[in-house]
Amino acid sequence: MSDAAQAVEELSKEYRWGFVTDIEADSAPPGLNEDIIRFISAKKEEPEWLLQWRLKAYRAWCKMAEPEWAKLGYDAIDFQKIIYYSAPKQKKKLSSLDEVDPTLLEAYEKLGIPLDEQKRLAGVAVDAVFDSVSVTTTYKETLAEAGVIFCSFSEAVKDHPELVKKYLGTVVPQRDNFFAALNCAVFTDGSFVYIPEGVRCPMELSTYFRINAANTGQFERTLIIAEKGSHVSYLEGCTAPQRDENQLHAAVVELVALDDAEIKYSTVQNWYPGDDEGRGGIYNFVTKRGACLGDRSKISWTQVETGSAVTWKYPSCLLLGDDSVGEFYSVAVTAKRQQADTGTKMIHRGRNSRSTIISKGISAARSHNSYRGLVDIGPKAEGARNFSQCDSMLIGNQCGAHTFPYIESRCPSAVVEHEATTSRIAEDQLFYLRQRGLSEEDAINIIVSGFCKEVFKELPMEFAVEATKLLSLSLEGAVG
Amino acid sequence: MTTLLDIKGLHVAIEGQAILKGLDLTIGAGEVHAIMGPNGSGKSTLAHVLAGRPEYEITAGSIEYRGQDLVELEPEERSREGLFLAFQYPVAIPGVANLYFLREALNAHREHRGEPALDAPAFMKRVRQEMTKVGMRQDLLKRDLNEGFSGGEKKRNEIFQMLMLEPVLAVLDETDSGLDIDALQTVAKGVNAMRTEQRSFVVVTHYQRLLDHIVPDHVHVLADGRIIHSGDQSLAHKLEAEGYGWLEEVA
Ligand SMILES: Nc1ncnc2c1ncn2[C@@H]1O[C@H](COP(=O)(O)OP(=O)(O)OP(=O)(O)O)[C@@H](O)[C@H]1O
Ligand SMILES: [Mg+2]
Repeated sequence: MSDAAQAVEELSKEYRWGFVTDIEADSAPPGLNEDIIRFISAKKEEPEWLLQWRLKAYRAWCKMAEPEWAKLGYDAIDFQKIIYYSAPKQKKKLSSLDEVDPTLLEAYEKLGIPLDEQKRLAGVAVDAVFDSVSVTTTYKETLAEAGVIFCSFSEAVKDHPELVKKYLGTVVPQRDNFFAALNCAVFTDGSFVYIPEGVRCPMELSTYFRINAANTGQFERTLIIAEKGSHVSYLEGCTAPQRDENQLHAAVVELVALDDAEIKYSTVQNWYPGDDEGRGGIYNFVTKRGACLGDRSKISWTQVETGSAVTWKYPSCLLLGDDSVGEFYSVAVTAKRQQADTGTKMIHRGRNSRSTIISKGISAARSHNSYRGLVDIGPKAEGARNFSQCDSMLIGNQCGAHTFPYIESRCPSAVVEHEATTSRIAEDQLFYLRQRGLSEEDAINIIVSGFCKEVFKELPMEFAVEATKLLSLSLEGAVG
Repeated sequence: MTTLLDIKGLHVAIEGQAILKGLDLTIGAGEVHAIMGPNGSGKSTLAHVLAGRPEYEITAGSIEYRGQDLVELEPEERSREGLFLAFQYPVAIPGVANLYFLREALNAHREHRGEPALDAPAFMKRVRQEMTKVGMRQDLLKRDLNEGFSGGEKKRNEIFQMLMLEPVLAVLDETDSGLDIDALQTVAKGVNAMRTEQRSFVVVTHYQRLLDHIVPDHVHVLADGRIIHSGDQSLAHKLEAEGYGWLEEVA
């Protein structure tokens, strides 16, 4: 066996975020039934229409089966063992960071996102979701001046019910899939963004989610609405503590872009991946979809996925408007025994709608990494175009890379291009870099970063740096 | 004269097949040694073994470099200890900017010497200094490492890296092949400018032409995994005129 492959054998990364914050939680008993849903809804002081909406989703979910088509193998999830609601106990409403539980702030600091630091960082507003309840939202005032609404989902339900009611479930219908239906029934919090007509959001919006309490499933919901001619860039980052049991994360993200609006949605996902033998780690089953409702609207997904034991995720674009644009830029890194089945769907319905898919999969150790993508062009989408490029890189010879591109075009004037490559880090590349004085680890990082460059350049500056760091952390110990 | 590199009875195999079969070579500080020899005789193998390429197995013999056992060192440690290999076939690394890579490499060397990392302006100053010496074009620095470089551009880039990293022992594996006549002179000038009392060179070449510009102290002929003949610069001329045939009779 080659040196690099042997090194990968020894791959073991200590998960740096594997601490548990000791905060008293206000939790529901484990299990799921209509009473639990009523409990969640009551806890959140929700209006009746939302409770009914949840119950409808729950009843639909009860009749649905867990999907099995993905190239993933994992133990069956016992949905009756999950705690569906857990909120840090709070004495009173918080008006500033100083009032936030110091243990919580410490937890954020360990995550590398000290909020007071973030406050000073130019142009990044943070809506921090700790377990299920949004703890603190910064930068609200600056955003309010621009007319931008950026708040927790619960607040939006209270303060902007007409917007929530109008768009909730319109992009991802309740029955869309098993995990989306579950989310509709039990979601606890998430983020809400509204950009008024013609407004360019004055800063990057960013949310860090964190699963903290044991046995807690996290079911957050995000809804972003960009009115005509508006523009917003949104970033979510995720980490979770290290535990031996698996935890479920089933989020739903809905984006709506009206005429000439643009939404850029970036994700850096670093949930706990489990240990070398595949014990523990997050099951990440996420439904993300954006609707380009308006003409000339644009939705761009950029994701860097380094964590989770199992990832099932296909950020998609419904290109309904004429001349609308959908983009998907993805880096998915799997090491240890991680499994990722990820990709996108580009549904072309508008004339001259265009989409670009750039996917970079990196597999190391005994992991499996699949790209699954659908390009669907309707009969009326004249002049529609898609370009897809799916590249896989293998490190060592016990891992797997798979590509499943599905193309359905019912429009003769549409143009669809697909390119795919699979490569291995060549021994001579490693040797060349080491001959110049770089350690084997740095050499691998440099090669992998180079491989991902096209995607990284789509990330907002400050997060591109973070993504590069995460990448090297994931592959840390990939060499001996 | 202090000895910089001492190779004794070196046997090397790759995938079980013997390539070097008892090679002896001693290089003193400040010396230039040329190694010539037929295709497939083991010249690049020797160069790679010196640099520590993992696939090559040393089955017998020893290599001492600056008083330490070279075989014990990882490739990156050898590099930081001043051993530089200009590759016969430099590889391309897509997505990695030439300059970015070079700065990482240079700073790895500096860290090893206990020196602080060069910041961007200081690094660029060094770059400008060295690139004019080898006629490196600016755009090649910004491009991805060796990606789409012409044969000659790759060789020039190797010499540019050598100037930047200031090695103690530089092994140039056929750096002259693929270079046009002007480039050959520029590269030779770069090497000559680096020659000091301490710094040594091993120049692997098929052509005496390069040795007109980089004048060697010793010329060796490597054939079938052994050095079968050594001499001074005149040996290169003789080989150029007569080929290797006569040596078989000698050997
Ligand atoms: N990976 C390998 N597997 C098998 N044989 C190899 C391998 N690498 C080198 N060899 C063999 O080792 C021998 C020496 O090769 P080497 O590259 O050292 O020759 P060279 O003297 O540099 O030749 P040239 O003048 O053509 O550059 C050749 O016969 C070559 O085929
Ligand atoms: Mg050779």
